[in-house]
Amino acid sequence: MSSNADIYHEMIVDYSRNPINYGEIENHDVTFHDSNPLCGDSIDIDMKIDENKVTDIKFHGKGCAICMACSSVLTEITKGKTLEEARALEKNDVLSELGLEHLQAVRIKCALLSLKVLKSALYTYIGKNLEDTGDVDKLKEEAANLY
Amino acid sequence: MQSTESLFENIRNDFPILKRTVRDNKPLVYLDNASTTQKPNQVIDSITDYYQNHNANIHRAVYALAEEATEAYEATRDKIANFVNIKNRQEIIFVRGTTEAINLVAYAWGRTHIKEGDIIVTTEYEHHSNIVPWQLVTQEKKAKLEYIGMDDNGELILDDLDKILATGKVKLVTFSLMSNVLGTITDAEKIIEKCKAAGVLTLIDGAQAVPHMKVDLEKLGCDFFAFSGHKMLGPTGIGVLWVKKSVLETMSPFHGGGDMIREVHKYETTWNDLPYKFEAGTPNIADVVGLGAAIDYLTKIGMDNVREHEIELTKYAIEKLSAVKGLHIYGTKDISKRGGVISFNFADVHPHDVAQIIDEEGIAVRSGHHCAQVLMERLNVAATSRASFYIYNTKQDIDILVNSLNIVAKVFKL
Repeated sequence: MSSNADIYHEMIVDYSRNPINYGEIENHDVTFHDSNPLCGDSIDIDMKIDENKVTDIKFHGKGCAICMACSSVLTEITKGKTLEEARALEKNDVLSELGLEHLQAVRIKCALLSLKVLKSALYTYIGKNLEDTGDVDKLKEEAANLY
Repeated sequence: MQSTESLFENIRNDFPILKRTVRDNKPLVYLDNASTTQKPNQVIDSITDYYQNHNANIHRAVYALAEEATEAYEATRDKIANFVNIKNRQEIIFVRGTTEAINLVAYAWGRTHIKEGDIIVTTEYEHHSNIVPWQLVTQEKKAKLEYIGMDDNGELILDDLDKILATGKVKLVTFSLMSNVLGTITDAEKIIEKCKAAGVLTLIDGAQAVPHMKVDLEKLGCDFFAFSGHKMLGPTGIGVLWVKKSVLETMSPFHGGGDMIREVHKYETTWNDLPYKFEAGTPNIADVVGLGAAIDYLTKIGMDNVREHEIELTKYAIEKLSAVKGLHIYGTKDISKRGGVISFNFADVHPHDVAQIIDEEGIAVRSGHHCAQVLMERLNVAATSRASFYIYNTKQDIDILVNSLNIVAKVFKL
């Protein structure tokens, strides 16, 4: 029978031991940090952005197996995407990769912390490069409604 | 007379929640007592009885119900006085919990007495509730917050206190009597002795100690003492602040409103007598009654028996957990210096993952930073798993916990 402990399958455990895209990018174009006040999970994402594309992305920090696995998957699927594509990423893009679509509510924040950090980093970057203040406000509104 | 062993065997029958199963029909193994405890029928029934038979506002009306409600409310104040040995019932203030108690002191005492350049001292193993209120008041008053450090054994380094006291600028030293993460029992008498010699006031956070051991405030000789009802079989939302009368008399009110006043005019007000000056508005009467029932229950068992039972469990748990390969227990192994709280990490598995996997076996342990991020930084960990015991826990509960760790080891290929 299926239980909440079933989420700890091979892939999750492996990613938690050997996360991919783990580390820092020295000459990043944008970096962002956030943490989950409930459990202390803490994630930083650095990105290199060239010609509107995420050419490199790395994360570092501390977190549970769910958090580390999702951060690995998220950075992997973000790499090479345009800013628009990255902005359009949704929670199920990450969760479905790991079979976590039905993750219980108390753990969903562990799974989505890195997505939150990624979106914040993207908006920070786009915001910095925008001159049209109307768009900035629109973006802020969009960001505020994310979670 | 009932033997201690049979006394504790029967206790479980008083707790209806312990009869339920969780997840896949697993019996509940509740090991998160440092967070909150379960409630016996005696407490639950006392609250129901209050609402069914005696409910009215207190200290106001003259009719029969109001008199009964007031009596029930005030009876708990007397029970508290007996339970922790307080001579003057006027020094006992009902609050929502330890957090509110400490905030009350920070606000009503701190904002009057703390001046620029003063120092408040706390410790590295405090709960956030005994750190953040002091950050707020020291920042506002341009005062300083200093810490008594902790050694690798999880005990406070009292030399640090000597150094800070030597500045002559310390106004208050505040510390928990038992760490909510490590279970370390603080050498309160020594701290208070040093502070008294320096003319410095002391506040004790008793949230973890009062439910688990005999506490005697008269003997301790501190100036402020706070604890919570829900960690000692009582309901949530009710706690106690005790302040020595000579100090209480120098404090401004915390909340303004009904019941805390003597006379209100358009532009000035005079205050009610102690302790009512600090109990504004209609209080949490039903839960005060429930706390009274919890104190009755613990008194009947005897706090020395409670402590003995937990020493027995803690000794057993440390022995069993120490035998698990890759498991690290934090804090002292000297049982006489610790309560029934065991924080641990299991190899490189994150505490959240440990907690989730063993939850499937019906085990409730806490994982995370336990509202003690300063301590987590000191231990250089992001989080720990924590098992904490109470009167209804058994050695079998510990066996189930230890066995469940095998599943964690299997999943994470340890």
